[in-house]
Amino acid sequence: MITLAHFLVLGGILFVLSVAGIFINRRNVILLLMCIELMLLAVNMNFVAFSRFMENMDGQVFVFFILTVAAAEAAIGLAILVTLFRNRNSINVDDLDVMKG
Amino acid sequence: MIESILFYIFAGILLAAAIGVITARNPVHSALLLVLAFFNSAVLWMLLEAEFLALVLILVYVGAVMVLFLFVVMMLDINVAGMRRGFARYLPLALIVVAAIIVQLALVFTSDQFGAQMLADLERYPADYNNTAELGRLLYTVYVYPFEIAAVILLVAIIAAISLTLRRREGTRHQNVGRQVQARAKDRVRLVDLPRRQGEGDK
Repeated sequence: MITLAHFLVLGGILFVLSVAGIFINRRNVILLLMCIELMLLAVNMNFVAFSRFMENMDGQVFVFFILTVAAAEAAIGLAILVTLFRNRNSINVDDLDVMKG
Repeated sequence: MIESILFYIFAGILLAAAIGVITARNPVHSALLLVLAFFNSAVLWMLLEAEFLALVLILVYVGAVMVLFLFVVMMLDINVAGMRRGFARYLPLALIVVAAIIVQLALVFTSDQFGAQMLADLERYPADYNNTAELGRLLYTVYVYPFEIAAVILLVAIIAAISLTLRRREGTRHQNVGRQVQARAKDRVRLVDLPRRQGEGDK
């Protein structure tokens, strides 16, 4: 028997793991992007589980839009990363101090 | 019963892959483990009878986004050793944040907000239920404007990615279509009248 709680706990663990990943890999931009993808996956897991257990398809439509935006975000993020590597020859977050922010 | 076994197997692999993603030494291994995580989530979504989204996850994420990631990881020459220095330093901070989130999530999950629905068993749809048709019906009627906006978002992403990475380097050879079309035969071929030298054909 699988219940909604199973999927919520799974999504929660996945989300927490990706937050931990963002903290321990905070020098490497490409791993940060991967952790964001993992985070979106955890959120989508919750959406699909809620949509299925509440018999409401709107959640799955929302997951569809999240996938679209996530794909766009990954494409632009990687394009920025490539440009960054060309200019700074590094993708270390500590080196990104051009704007002196 | 068989569903529970499948759920625990694939959820276990998913979590192991997620741990691998955040701790792997090599970014290529991280990307490949993320692919594994996406495949396992797709299986879990299949268990939830969200077939269309499960297949879209594999096609879009594994087929497009992760391939893009792998391309970028392999194209850039990343100094992996230098990246790992902060690993131990940030680990306590990560554990504190993670513990805070876990406490919050536990408070939500153990509250009675969800009621009996939380522990109700999954009721299977009948055999003639079509998840894709259902999703498509909703997407092209109720959500047709958000659907169009999603298409525009993808277009913006394409244009942004191309304009960010396109560059004109000096010294490389480019094709100039305008000049190619304008080219005429008289620009390319020059006929020269060579004067015949004396005594050349006399032998």
